[in-house]
Amino acid sequence: MRLFRHELKGELLLYVRSRELAFFTFLLPMIFFLLLASVYGNDRIKSEGNVRSADYLEAGMIGYGAIAIAFAGLAIVLVIRRESGILKRLRATPLPAPAYVAALLCAFLAAFALEVVGLLAIGRAFFSVPLPHHALSLAIALLLGAVSFCGLGIGLTALIKSAEGASAVVNAIYLPTAFISGSFFSPHSYPRVLRAIADVLPLTYFLRLIRNVMLHGHEIWSQGTNVAVVAAWGIAGVIVAVRSFRWEPTEG
Amino acid sequence: MSAISVRDLRKSYGALEAVRGVSFEVERGEVFGLLGPNGAGKTTTVEILEGYRKRDGGSVEVLGVDPAAAGGDWRERIGVVLQSSAMYETLSAGEMLRLFAGYYESSRPVDEVVELVGLREQRDQVVRRLSGGQRRRLDLGLALVGDPELIFLDEPTTGFDPHARRQAWETLRSLRGLGKTIVLTTHYLDEAERLADRVAVLRRGEIVAVGPPAELIGAAPATEIRYRENGREVVLETDSPTRVLNELTAKALAENRELEGLVVRRPSLEEVYLTLTEEEAE
Repeated sequence: MRLFRHELKGELLLYVRSRELAFFTFLLPMIFFLLLASVYGNDRIKSEGNVRSADYLEAGMIGYGAIAIAFAGLAIVLVIRRESGILKRLRATPLPAPAYVAALLCAFLAAFALEVVGLLAIGRAFFSVPLPHHALSLAIALLLGAVSFCGLGIGLTALIKSAEGASAVVNAIYLPTAFISGSFFSPHSYPRVLRAIADVLPLTYFLRLIRNVMLHGHEIWSQGTNVAVVAAWGIAGVIVAVRSFRWEPTEG
Repeated sequence: MSAISVRDLRKSYGALEAVRGVSFEVERGEVFGLLGPNGAGKTTTVEILEGYRKRDGGSVEVLGVDPAAAGGDWRERIGVVLQSSAMYETLSAGEMLRLFAGYYESSRPVDEVVELVGLREQRDQVVRRLSGGQRRRLDLGLALVGDPELIFLDEPTTGFDPHARRQAWETLRSLRGLGKTIVLTTHYLDEAERLADRVAVLRRGEIVAVGPPAELIGAAPATEIRYRENGREVVLETDSPTRVLNELTAKALAENRELEGLVVRRPSLEEVYLTLTEEEAE
């Protein structure tokens, strides 16, 4: 427990120091929210039960933040640490692997929590988006989503062989995913092909889940399908992660 | 009790036998060098001792424990410097040391470590801005911050300029003063000669010689005598240089001529090493 707390402090310091993480995964969702909501925040979206765009976009940016921080940020950081040999170096110290992984995840979850608070504050202050009613349901939904994306992020590291490739591969996956799943726009207007792809992506279900809670007043326990799909993806990621996680750099 | 005891250690990667029946002991407080060309099995051997790799055969005890089954208590007692210095580029040297110090139950004060590895002035500098030699010394500091009994150094000065190597040697000598047991791998002979109490020379996964550097040199065959006669270079190799030299000089004196360019040399560790590690003619 002492080691966990010590490592968590270290991880938070590392997170704050990393400009790439701070900008691309932490600030960018808030910047997009400010820009897009300024442009069409007051429009109504007919296909989504006539909700305001700003409200719809706020939930979308929370989903985008979840995949950017928990999935993309975590995967990139882990691959770089593995390939540079930092993970190997840590293995020679008495720091137990579970304490290390737990501290790393908690640092990224804390960053996501701060992201959500930031987005809610921006929505409230600039675009009159009401604060969510079902705070507990939302908190559980956000935790479920963030942990699932962490699992997928760690699982993805098994497929990336070099630190140089990390950003490229991760960006090529999460940016289109965020777009297709409907972080920025309602997917109802998308072509059939894109909607077919969206129907299997975890972010689609996570967005439905949090929009149903935030915009339509549902509690999380009425959202069985969405919860199940998000959790299933997360479990799949964890299984891959557990089976193929490596501490040492790729050889040759 | 020895710090390290290795008996008939074996390790293969597929068809390649990287380590083929290696045995040696390292005493407590000793500086032990593993010397050999690239691919001789140095790193494989050391990584088995560090607990990174599983062995295929033989027995290994490091501080009385089998590294393959060792836990956190054992890791409290060892320090490791790997071939590449991997660190968090965005932390300062001091922050990096504090982070690692926290992993150990009893750690050496960061101020002391900074002093020991000669990074007092770079303490608040970000790792990214450190020179290659400074990074390497910080890496050594990270291995020392847990106050280990036994330290592994895998090629600690590879890629250094001569000045940085000398500095690193000074640091390593000061460690020996602290009574630490040190295992270092290197392919620099002068490094092994200057730092190690005993050296094992590895070739293709086997130990071909082991002993104090001076003894290895002493065990080498011939002393070399060179001089010029009628513009032609004469090279004699002999195991009894006193007699040969006496005969040569007596003859030259009698004939009243000078042995031009007379040189008498003992082989250096470098030559011993080259003899030991050169590929046998098939």
